[in-house]
Amino acid sequence: MTKSVEIRVPADKITLNRRPDASVAVVGTPNSGKSTLFNRLTGLKQRIGNYPGVTVERHIGLLKYGETTTELVDLPGTHSLSAHSLEEHITVDVIFGRMAGTRVPDGILAVLDATNLYQGLFLVQQLIDLEMPVIIAMTMSDAADQTGIGIDVQKLQQLLGVPVYPVVATTGAGLEKLRQAISDIRTLPAPARISVWPELAEVAGELAASASGTVRFAEVERLLIDGATQANQPFLDRLGPEAASRLEEFRDKLFGLEPPIAKDARIRYKWVRETQEQVQQSTPRLTSWRTRVTGFLNRPLPGTIGLFVVMAIVFQAVFAWATPVMDVIDAATSHLGSAVIETFGDGVIASLIADGIIAGVGSVIIFLPQILILFLFIILLEDSGYLARAAYLMDRAMRSVGLSGQSIIPMISSFACAVPGIMATRVIPNRRDRIATILAAPFMTCSARLPVYALLIAAFVPATQIGFMNLQGLVLFGLYLFGIVAGILTALLMRQTALRGPKPPFALMLPEFRRPNLQTVFIQLLGRAKVFLYRAGTVIFVVAVIVWALAYYPRSDEIREQAVQQRSAAAYTLSGEELERRYQRIDNLAAAAQMEQSWLGRAGHFVEPAFAPLGWDWRVSSAVIAGFPAREVVIAVLGTVYAVGDEADVGTLSGRLKASTWPNGDKVFTLPMVIGLLIFYACCLQCAATLAVIRRETNTWRWPVFAWAYMTTIGYCGALLAFQLGSA
Amino acid sequence: MSINGNTLATLKRGQKAIINFVDATDPQVQRLMVLGLVEGAEVENAGAAIGGDPMEFRLFGCGISLRQEHARYFKISPVAAGD
Repeated sequence: MTKSVEIRVPADKITLNRRPDASVAVVGTPNSGKSTLFNRLTGLKQRIGNYPGVTVERHIGLLKYGETTTELVDLPGTHSLSAHSLEEHITVDVIFGRMAGTRVPDGILAVLDATNLYQGLFLVQQLIDLEMPVIIAMTMSDAADQTGIGIDVQKLQQLLGVPVYPVVATTGAGLEKLRQAISDIRTLPAPARISVWPELAEVAGELAASASGTVRFAEVERLLIDGATQANQPFLDRLGPEAASRLEEFRDKLFGLEPPIAKDARIRYKWVRETQEQVQQSTPRLTSWRTRVTGFLNRPLPGTIGLFVVMAIVFQAVFAWATPVMDVIDAATSHLGSAVIETFGDGVIASLIADGIIAGVGSVIIFLPQILILFLFIILLEDSGYLARAAYLMDRAMRSVGLSGQSIIPMISSFACAVPGIMATRVIPNRRDRIATILAAPFMTCSARLPVYALLIAAFVPATQIGFMNLQGLVLFGLYLFGIVAGILTALLMRQTALRGPKPPFALMLPEFRRPNLQTVFIQLLGRAKVFLYRAGTVIFVVAVIVWALAYYPRSDEIREQAVQQRSAAAYTLSGEELERRYQRIDNLAAAAQMEQSWLGRAGHFVEPAFAPLGWDWRVSSAVIAGFPAREVVIAVLGTVYAVGDEADVGTLSGRLKASTWPNGDKVFTLPMVIGLLIFYACCLQCAATLAVIRRETNTWRWPVFAWAYMTTIGYCGALLAFQLGSA
Repeated sequence: MSINGNTLATLKRGQKAIINFVDATDPQVQRLMVLGLVEGAEVENAGAAIGGDPMEFRLFGCGISLRQEHARYFKISPVAAGD
């Protein structure tokens, strides 16, 4: 047996204990229940990787039946073999055996949604014409029966010339027979081609005859329809120069002035309608609860209100449900850290383990509860068919800011945490839209900004009542609003400049509402969690250790000896609780002094002139620098650096901040300075996890570097403006 | 009864029609044809988002949403009587 789930192995490095006996490509239209079926067939025997050089995920699973092991490749959904998006190109390339590092499939498992034969048959017909073994799994056959569609499976098999297996992925009905059929796929003969478009076949035959080598007929047909594009250039090269030079002549002959894609759709859908009439008794009508739900949500106003209710529930759950778990993780990591210090003393190794590694790992897994809850909802909404509807309802509003409806989920998710929000941008098919959304997402006020806001607002904004609102609440609300406006303006700006491009066609399939399958939801959730921990986790971890080292080194022996002397001096004059308190004060002072002369403290001093126009002293500056990997760290660092001098006598951190002064006695934390600091936090991209995820999702360092520089600049300018205007 | 000049964009909620001509010059419209919006297809208006845009249509049992600007490319004729 191979290990159950292994995540993020480069696709070409996947090794199996035994090479599977056959490889089967799982192909279907989007929302055909393809992924649910794939998960049912392979269970946890899956690997998720990436196709070489692109961000499209490669899902491979193993199906064992008797002695046979079959590899199933879950390909991105497509409506046609004329690829348009990146995902569709992957599907077509794998089917035609052109994908590097992926086996040429021995056969195809075509997933046909019984409730949507119309679009399904359009694709299935093209798959049958490939001249390779095809098995059809007809999903939602229960839903089809309930809705009274009544499909004549015998007739369908006869017309298509390939075996059709009705299955119900949610209950598992029909799966056993399907497993057997897939395992025997290599004994299955390739079906006869369906004569849908004789002229195309004829011209393809002529073109193939002039080719220098042997080529696949269906591939030649597809070349005629798509024309010479960058994607099919390798195939064109294989055809030879003569065929290539005659391609346009053949295409003229075949299509004249009619756009080839249009002609292809017209001819094949005509065949689909004729076939559908023979196998299907009636056009589907919805079942009662679906009719009612769909009918209600089809109306503009209830639909929009429903969307806000759903989003409010998701938002609330991400905040409220995650907090207790996050508190537990937080407490556990700090206890573990203290335990390590107690056990091993306060040497380098103990500090590295406690303050570097444990704190670093802790800062990664603390995001996990929010990510899991958010993704649980996103997967549930997606599998139930609601996500597409949300995108549809919000399309007009999002279009006015240069995005499309699909951006709404990532944007709203980012209020909890930009990391899952950015991961959720995968639902956006258009690359420009997707990157604009990724750049806008980190402006949304995430849950890590909240503790910083809370600390500063509670300490420095007076709790004046304004009408029924409290000024503190108003400032917090203002900061949320500020993030939204900044994000939207960013998206707008990007779509006007670097990401300028044609508006993508907006044609969303709105699937029926259906009950999600819990097993599938679980498998998907597990995959998301592992992707996050493995990819984002490694980066955050490394950065956390680096920050630890900067704050730890160099150690001053002088400060340490001074502290030892002070301790023994205190032991002479004091005793009991008073002595303990004195000890603690001495340790705090020593820690703060070490901090001040550490690389981080020196960096704080070094950049102080740059941040002085913002009203920050070296302590705020070094806390801000330390907060760049993870913004919530700033509170811990402020806690350390402000444990010095007179301020340390004040119990709470906010008290210490209020008491802190410049050498000349002026207060450091004035209202304009605090407002500036808040604006800085609202803008600045102080989150290594977000940068790592942007890198992962855009497949280049260009965008994370740009986002970081852009947001830091805005933050700096905002803080500068607030302080200078406020202090003037 | 002639409703010449009518397009999917003018179809009212709950009404059915048959697509009788698609202006396929725009590549975006060609992508919509791949989804099955071709001549001969029976389409029903199933609703719209706030402001009437985008629109939702049902096409042989599947739901599909279109922006008004694209729906205009699909000319329609009424469904034959008795259907």
